[in-house]
Amino acid sequence: MTQFNPINWKTHPPYIHPPYRSTAKRGPLKKLLPLPQKLSELTGPVFGADTVNELDSDLTRNARVNGEPIGERIIVVGKLLDESGNAIPNALLEVWQANACGRYIHKVDQHDAPLDPNFTGCGRVLTDANGEYRFTTIKPGAYPWGNHENAWRPAHIHFSVFGTNFLQRLVTQMYFPGDPLMSLDPIFNGLPDENGKKRLVSDYAHDITTPEWALGYRFNIVVNGPKETPFETKEA
Amino acid sequence: MSQFEQSPSQTIGPFFRNALIEMTANQNNLINENTAGQKIIITGLVLDGNSQPITDSMVEIWQADANGYFNHPADPNRAKADPAFSGHGRSEAVNGGRYTFTTIKPGIIPGTVTPYINLRVFARGMLIHAISRIYFSDEAENDNDEVLNSVPAERRHTLVAQLDPAEPIPTYRFDLNMQGENETVFFNP
Ligand SMILES: [Fe+3]
Repeated sequence: MTQFNPINWKTHPPYIHPPYRSTAKRGPLKKLLPLPQKLSELTGPVFGADTVNELDSDLTRNARVNGEPIGERIIVVGKLLDESGNAIPNALLEVWQANACGRYIHKVDQHDAPLDPNFTGCGRVLTDANGEYRFTTIKPGAYPWGNHENAWRPAHIHFSVFGTNFLQRLVTQMYFPGDPLMSLDPIFNGLPDENGKKRLVSDYAHDITTPEWALGYRFNIVVNGPKETPFETKEA
Repeated sequence: MSQFEQSPSQTIGPFFRNALIEMTANQNNLINENTAGQKIIITGLVLDGNSQPITDSMVEIWQADANGYFNHPADPNRAKADPAFSGHGRSEAVNGGRYTFTTIKPGIIPGTVTPYINLRVFARGMLIHAISRIYFSDEAENDNDEVLNSVPAERRHTLVAQLDPAEPIPTYRFDLNMQGENETVFFNP
């Protein structure tokens, strides 16, 4: 059975990252133990077309009550790939985000910014046969959080990714290019590697920007790929 | 060298509920009237290093059907898998840090000796999820399981859900201790 690469800890954040205060008591402290990759690790839920409907990928329409949501309309596209560059089709992506003012509809969000009656900030989409996805939404606002004095999260969209097996599961966040709050953010800075950080920052995509309508952003996502056998390795 | 590098994980944050739970209700009930197997309940607390409940956490499980099969292309027995069982469940732990699943006792996966469930926990304050397993206290063959035997003996109990004899539906208690003396064993597959 094809084995997959493990979590690459050079690019993923550690469990304990003291500047993000809540990590101190929540991440495991003991060393992770090895687990052989057997059938239960190399399988995962299979999602069909009935998992999502067309409105799920348009957050500017899927929660309308009495009008359009307020804010800057954007289109986010991207490709889900594994580390070998194989596209992953029919994979479920779930997204959630704050509204244009930086407020979530979640009842625990106490940020003193207005809710938008026409926006829940929640969507879902399946990747197509080429591993590509596309959704339309509103650019999220920055919001304060209690981690430290004057702490603000950079604008971000949360992504939940199911690949094809248990090992490819990923929950991450997409950021926007040029946001000055990124370099001040302990969550973003929990990433150990500069290249890894870059991979979480979307690119402005003028080819996706639609005249008179919305700006485009591109955000590709890479999950664990199959281990390459020595035969396939072409080292110089 | 791989052509592409993995996109790094980020915390699920505190506000996943509306997207991941409410829009897709009943994800903590994996069964319906057509699902084969013995109905069971698995429930437990997600606890931090101070033994306080982590009320903004989420647990996901992945398990075989009653015969040990997965409805997935990688399973050579996929054709025999129970069409009334997806094997995937998800439970928030917002109510006092308690998660609960209604499911069936998994069958024994060919090549293994005892039933188990794969588990992941996500939380605000975790930049990346943690992976563990649930075994069952009433299974005699646990002693012969390759993975359990690879775990230091004094920590094995953290992977075994305890059957509660008082409940009418077989109910297993399985707390996740993120830290502390009884820190759950987490894996790096
Ligand atoms: Fe957020």
